[in-house]
Amino acid sequence: MTWAVDLFAVLRGDAEADRAVPPTGFTARLTLFAAGAMAFLTVFALALSLATGRLADRWASELARSATLRISAPAGQVEAQVGAALKVLETTPGIAEFRLLDEAEQHALLEPWFGPDLPLDTLPIPRMIAVIEDAKGYDGEGLRLRLRAEAPGAVLDDHTRWRQPLVRAAGRLRLLGFASILLIAATMAAMITLAANAALAANAQVIRVLRLVGARDVYIARAFVRRFTVRAFIGAAAGMVVGVLAVFLLPNASTEGGFLTGLGFQGAHWLWPLCIPPLAAIVAFAATRAAALKSLKELM
Amino acid sequence: MIELRDVSYSYGGGELLSAISLTLAPGSFHFLTGPSGAGKTTLLKLCYADLRATAGKILLFDQDVRDMDRDQIARLRRRVGVVHQDCQFLDHLSVAENVALPLSVSGRDVEGHVSNLMELIGWVGMKDQMDALPPSLSGGERQRAALARAVIMDPEVIIADEPTGNVDWEMSLRLLTLLVELNRMGKTVLVATHDLNLIRAAKAQTAARVLRIRNRQIQLAGADL
Repeated sequence: MTWAVDLFAVLRGDAEADRAVPPTGFTARLTLFAAGAMAFLTVFALALSLATGRLADRWASELARSATLRISAPAGQVEAQVGAALKVLETTPGIAEFRLLDEAEQHALLEPWFGPDLPLDTLPIPRMIAVIEDAKGYDGEGLRLRLRAEAPGAVLDDHTRWRQPLVRAAGRLRLLGFASILLIAATMAAMITLAANAALAANAQVIRVLRLVGARDVYIARAFVRRFTVRAFIGAAAGMVVGVLAVFLLPNASTEGGFLTGLGFQGAHWLWPLCIPPLAAIVAFAATRAAALKSLKELM
Repeated sequence: MIELRDVSYSYGGGELLSAISLTLAPGSFHFLTGPSGAGKTTLLKLCYADLRATAGKILLFDQDVRDMDRDQIARLRRRVGVVHQDCQFLDHLSVAENVALPLSVSGRDVEGHVSNLMELIGWVGMKDQMDALPPSLSGGERQRAALARAVIMDPEVIIADEPTGNVDWEMSLRLLTLLVELNRMGKTVLVATHDLNLIRAAKAQTAARVLRIRNRQIQLAGADL
């Protein structure tokens, strides 16, 4: 459990160990920058994951519960078939509600596709019935069979056909977002390891003197680890704040339903980015500690 | 205290030290002499585990160096005060901080040792330079500061590698006097030097023995000095 002791020592700080290793201005600034940039990117990857997660959940739950019944029949039979279909729906278990869309609603639905001036009433437009299932759900195949007998012009569309690929795509996007976060963390670990190795090499003489006067490896490592951990934390905090601001300032056009404009945080999700600086600090702590102890082992 | 049994040390190709056996008893004062490149510094480094013998056994405080891990070696170095040939200071820290370095790296409370520290800096005559940075010191000042750092942990053994290497005769005598004082306080002292005058001056003050490295072997020098 020495790493736990170390983590505690790093949090507490040791002014003398810090003094023993001379400050390194340039690598310090580079580490701050790298941590900041990585945290900024993490905010977006996080926003992407959470937003697509929301989207996938919504599609999966809301759309799964709704279906559409479309009735197209020769002009004279439409009303009769609609009536028959409504009767069938009334007697089908598992349906919470259903509603025949009136002409105005159908107009509104078709308007984006055909424009406002098209004389829809002269066209043979099928009638639509919106169906919402209840918690238990209905038997789709059974309903289809009964409809075929009672109202041969009715087609049940339970949206599965186009919903499932979308849910799959959203799920895949969420996975990509999380994979990006992991990659960002790994990249940051790699960059901090490189920076730590550079700092250790630049301070080889200091390390030698400290060893000669009786310093244990963990004491020397701590001086480096503490620096990089603090830098990664500060850099990540700054990058996270800028990233969250950028997400906050994204133009909000979600009413028009764009998937991209839904990118952002909602409610408690705004707290997620707060995890980024501590996680960056932990990554830096582990990376620097491993690099320091490894390079110290190579010295006498 | 320090015991070498059939110790050899070879660099890449040739053997520098061959089958050396040596025992430093507590409270003894030894000089180590020999021509440049004979292996004086190497022998000293073997005595504070900065180098590992390629053959043979080294016992430091009755512990075999080969069995010691890195943390044990760190603790060993707190019991052996070393004045290195090139002093080995941290150039960005003041003299006082350098002298106190062994205290801070071993986790001791430096604040609590301030009076000791001041006394020690006074003893080596460095009061006026205690806030100076090491690169601004003269050769003799550096050696005295290094001696103060070597004894701050109150070690049982003091090893000095050419402590009078580039200082004038007067300063050499002053350093010698400090080492003799430490020996009288019961410390085991081992000093590598090629300055025979220094050895003669020491013999007038204390019962110092002289070890000479010749042909990769160590010999106890006789009365010829």
